[in-house]
Amino acid sequence: MRLAFPLVVSALLFSLGVYGVLARRNAVLVLMAVELMLAAVGLNLVAFDAYWADALHGGQVLTLFVITIAAAEIGLGLAIVLLVFRERGTADLDRLDALDERAEVAAAPEAAP
Amino acid sequence: MSPLVPLLVLVPVATAAAGLVVGRRRVLARILAVTGPAVALLVAVAAAWEVGVDGPRVDVWSVVPTGWVPIAVATRADGLGLTVAVMVATVALAVQLYSTEYLREDPRYPSYAALVSLFTAAMLLVVVADDLVVLLVGWEVMGLCSYALIGHHWELAEARAAAVKAFVVTRLGDVGLLFGIFVLGDLAGSFQVSRIAVEVPELAGATLTVGLLLVLLGVVGKSAQVPLHVWLPDAMVGPTPVSALIHAATMVAAGVFLVARLYDAFLASAGALAVLAVLASVTMLGAALAALAQDDLKRVLAWSTSSQLAYMLGGLAVGGYTAGLFHLLAHAAFKALLFLAAGAVIHAVGTNLMAGMGGLSRRMPLTASTAGIGLLALAGVPPLAGFVSKESILGAAEEAALHGGPLPAWAAWVVLVAGLATVLVTAAYVTRAWTLTFVGPDRTAPGSRPHDPPRAMAVPLVALAVPTVVLGVLALVPDVIASVLDRAVGADGAAGPPAAAVADPGVGLTPATTVLSLLLVAVGAGLVLAERSRIRGGDPAASLGGLRRVLAGGFGVDAAYDAVVVRPVRAAARLVVAGDSQVVHAYVTGAGRAARGLGGLVHRAQTGRVQGYLAGVLGVVVLLVVAGVVLA
Repeated sequence: MRLAFPLVVSALLFSLGVYGVLARRNAVLVLMAVELMLAAVGLNLVAFDAYWADALHGGQVLTLFVITIAAAEIGLGLAIVLLVFRERGTADLDRLDALDERAEVAAAPEAAP
Repeated sequence: MSPLVPLLVLVPVATAAAGLVVGRRRVLARILAVTGPAVALLVAVAAAWEVGVDGPRVDVWSVVPTGWVPIAVATRADGLGLTVAVMVATVALAVQLYSTEYLREDPRYPSYAALVSLFTAAMLLVVVADDLVVLLVGWEVMGLCSYALIGHHWELAEARAAAVKAFVVTRLGDVGLLFGIFVLGDLAGSFQVSRIAVEVPELAGATLTVGLLLVLLGVVGKSAQVPLHVWLPDAMVGPTPVSALIHAATMVAAGVFLVARLYDAFLASAGALAVLAVLASVTMLGAALAALAQDDLKRVLAWSTSSQLAYMLGGLAVGGYTAGLFHLLAHAAFKALLFLAAGAVIHAVGTNLMAGMGGLSRRMPLTASTAGIGLLALAGVPPLAGFVSKESILGAAEEAALHGGPLPAWAAWVVLVAGLATVLVTAAYVTRAWTLTFVGPDRTAPGSRPHDPPRAMAVPLVALAVPTVVLGVLALVPDVIASVLDRAVGADGAAGPPAAAVADPGVGLTPATTVLSLLLVAVGAGLVLAERSRIRGGDPAASLGGLRRVLAGGFGVDAAYDAVVVRPVRAAARLVVAGDSQVVHAYVTGAGRAARGLGGLVHRAQTGRVQGYLAGVLGVVVLLVVAGVVLA
């Protein structure tokens, strides 16, 4: 089997994930995009594992680990998104700009009584 | 090595220090204040006695190597120094005694008394110093004390301004003095007056004249002569006893004393003496005219001090060493008396202005009679001290003008003419002050009850009236004054003839000038009295018309200085401030602003949108990778 095929698929998956993380507005979809990137990494690992015919199958084992941890991570991520939604009434990333210092500086004089 | 001379300086210093330590315990402060000059007076008399028995001497206590001309901590016990020391201690004692009563209620009395003691100590140091640098120390301490004492009522803006003015103007002169001392020290290879006196005849020349002119700058500053006289009338805002001290015994006398101290050097420089003669002549007449038009009793006395000091310096300039110094002593007695009497009047009436006085001789007989003696002495009426001393100066001037002296004859003529004219004006302003203050209608504020001062203030008045009379009589005994004021001390401490022996006319009456000046006194007083009866008891100065304002303002010298010096300096100061705030400071604030502006640019990127940040990170990573690939 040619190594190039899974690598190209993996690259496409990863790019799709990057695009999703950077461009999607909904936090849940961003999380899904992150999963896509993880999947791309896993595919890479498995592909190289098979290509090098590793006796210990380290790539496949590591991929299983990543999938497990990603499951836990996505659970945590969804919980945070849920809390943010409850707190702010939105999961729109464009509106979650509490890190914006400009807004604070601009709003501060008005906020002050 | 006689311990008396250092003791003379250390006693008042010690009482000054103790006076500052006792703080607010007023009785103790009073006792200390009077003890200091009293002990100093005893020490001065004892030291003078010692000089009389053992002859004059110079003691070098320590030599400070400087790498150039060494500074010798040297004292000098001679007739000149110790006579002036006795005078200083006497006036200081009178002033301190008087102040215990005059400033009885003043909250700052303890520090005041301590400063007066320090002032006395500084003057005594000037008087006994043989080394010019040591003398300068006393000279500068005196300047500092005068600043503090003139500014005694520092809550008044006027007092603060006068104190600063006195300090700045005299300091201007002191710069000259400092450099003059350097020049003399460099010429003679020593700062010691006794060495300079020996070396000077071989050194006479342009450099010596320049050095002496620089010294003269200090002298005119301290002794309130043209062109640095402007601080003296303003200094009148200080307490009256301070005026008495400054004007009679210390501060202003120091300038005259310095000329006498360096007299051997001055005799070798006709140019310096001529300059001194001209400055003294201008001051003599100008200050007397200004005194004629003043409304404030103390300012009359202040201008008259300037004028009388000019007599002394004029006398010294024409070679009348004994005459000039005798006038210093006589003036110390009668001017201290006059200031203290003026203080008593002001204390009783509550105003400085003569317009608020009048007819006080009936209510204050003691003050009026002692002040009368002082005024007569000031006018030069025989046989009082001022008469003999002034005649001696005029006699010396006549001698120098007709038969030649240490200075060009024309300069002696200037002194003689100015001196005689001043006799007339002096008699006029003395008569005016007397008639406005002590006789005529009573113009005191209703309800005030002027009365003679209490004993602590009356005793100094009477005590100072005694030398005012006695000195005049004493001076008529031949050679007494001249022998007392002898300055001759050889370099090795042994008595010897002064280096430059110029015939000193001494103290005495010269027929021509005496008759002329007595006539002028009568004319001056008569003119004022005639004018007074013509305008029915008013102020005779009113008849001067528009001239009066010019005279009262001291010929606008202050305004001229304001225009020529003060305003340009202020403008320059503003320029410097502007340069600092708008050029130098602008760089500093500019650096800050630039940093903030750049920060603001970066600030824009901080949108709070994490995706934007990530996009940035990605972009940079891609850029780095591409760059790495391409460049590798």
